[in-house]
Amino acid sequence: MTQPAAAAPIVRRGLLLSSVALLGLAGVYVLAIGYTPVEARQGLAQKIFYLHVPAAWSALLSFSLVGISSALYLWLHDPRLDRFAASSAEVGVAFSAVMLTTGPIWAKPIWGTWWTWDARLTLTLFLFFLFIGYLALRAALADPAERARFSAVVGILGMLLVPFIHLSVYLFRTLHPQPVVLKPSAPSLPPAMLQTLLTSVAVFTLLYIGLVTVRYGIALADEAREAADAA
Amino acid sequence: MREAVRLALAIAAKDIRAELRSRTALLSATVFAALVLVVFNFARDPTALAAIDLAPSVLWVTFALAAMVALNRAFTIERENAALDGLLLAPVPREALFLGKLLANLAFVGTVEAITLPLFVLFFNVPIVHALPGILGVTALATVGFVAVGTIFSAMAVRTRFAELMLPVLLLPFMVPPLIGAVQATARLLAHRPLSEVMGWLRLLALYDVVFVTLCMLAFPAVVDE
Repeated sequence: MTQPAAAAPIVRRGLLLSSVALLGLAGVYVLAIGYTPVEARQGLAQKIFYLHVPAAWSALLSFSLVGISSALYLWLHDPRLDRFAASSAEVGVAFSAVMLTTGPIWAKPIWGTWWTWDARLTLTLFLFFLFIGYLALRAALADPAERARFSAVVGILGMLLVPFIHLSVYLFRTLHPQPVVLKPSAPSLPPAMLQTLLTSVAVFTLLYIGLVTVRYGIALADEAREAADAA
Repeated sequence: MREAVRLALAIAAKDIRAELRSRTALLSATVFAALVLVVFNFARDPTALAAIDLAPSVLWVTFALAAMVALNRAFTIERENAALDGLLLAPVPREALFLGKLLANLAFVGTVEAITLPLFVLFFNVPIVHALPGILGVTALATVGFVAVGTIFSAMAVRTRFAELMLPVLLLPFMVPPLIGAVQATARLLAHRPLSEVMGWLRLLALYDVVFVTLCMLAFPAVVDE
């Protein structure tokens, strides 16, 4: 039985971490605008890189952790793992939304199109859908034990689906050469850019930890309320 | 092992027998597939796009939608009168239960596909005879994979409030790799390309089948056991 009182300190800690991360994010904006040089070919559009790449990093981090904690849940049946997976999936969907909106904003001026069925884009889009489905399934199940087991199964299957989607969209493209898509070929970044990017990745990781902690505390409180309702 | 296969066959036989007695679901799914083909015909401008260019996509989207309808019903029938509880009480290993449901679903989806394929040839005037063995092979490989995932998702979806909606939302991302592979392989086979050119896709489909049939079988107990 979880007590509502146990949830409050966790939520507070999460809010504190998230606030620090948000301050850091403001710092990233300052760095991106004031410190990094303007990229020669892409101009100011390149600045979105300092948000897009770290958001993608956090999204992929959260989805990998959902897969791992799902597998561990089916093995150990520890409710903490299920709560963590649910929190991580929700935060991951939020970060994916950032990634999937900042991407096209950058792509329109640089690639000349909002969207292209590039392997990486397609993969992340399907990951996004997959985890929306995961959350929809959770929302549609009332029994907590059943919800935990079902979503763990989806989490594991989803983790194994990723290489298959990657492989099939990759094959799809290589067998069907498309018009050359303008892409920055893995640039060796000037130090100012690299430092800003790494700072931003650290900030987004902290934001991930903060948000998941808040969400975890809320899940704990929810369970306490559900248990109280049931009693 | 022999025993498990025997039990799986018994469960599949039960489902198939129940289906053959009413035939309503099979009939509806087939009519549904035919309707999808007809709708597709009007979604294309015949002067702008040759039927053969669109044919592989039409065929596979139709198969995918028909499979979805079929899979929705797989565990709904077990829900009525708590039939699933009866099955779970029987001394049947869960893996055999999964295999049995999978086989029954494959029989159902396979039948719908077998009726849809000639209709597709008829409606879209696609010469198919030269590529028939290849297309049947591709169909079998692709269908096994997504029906396996669909079987386990169907068992979950019936426990939710909006089962008919939940299954497609969960299953469609999992249909992407087999569908891409099947469409690509079908297009090449229809264009008289040799089988060797689609081997890469066939390998991918086969790998998907092996991984997901195994994984779903192992995960199935977590879905049905309290």
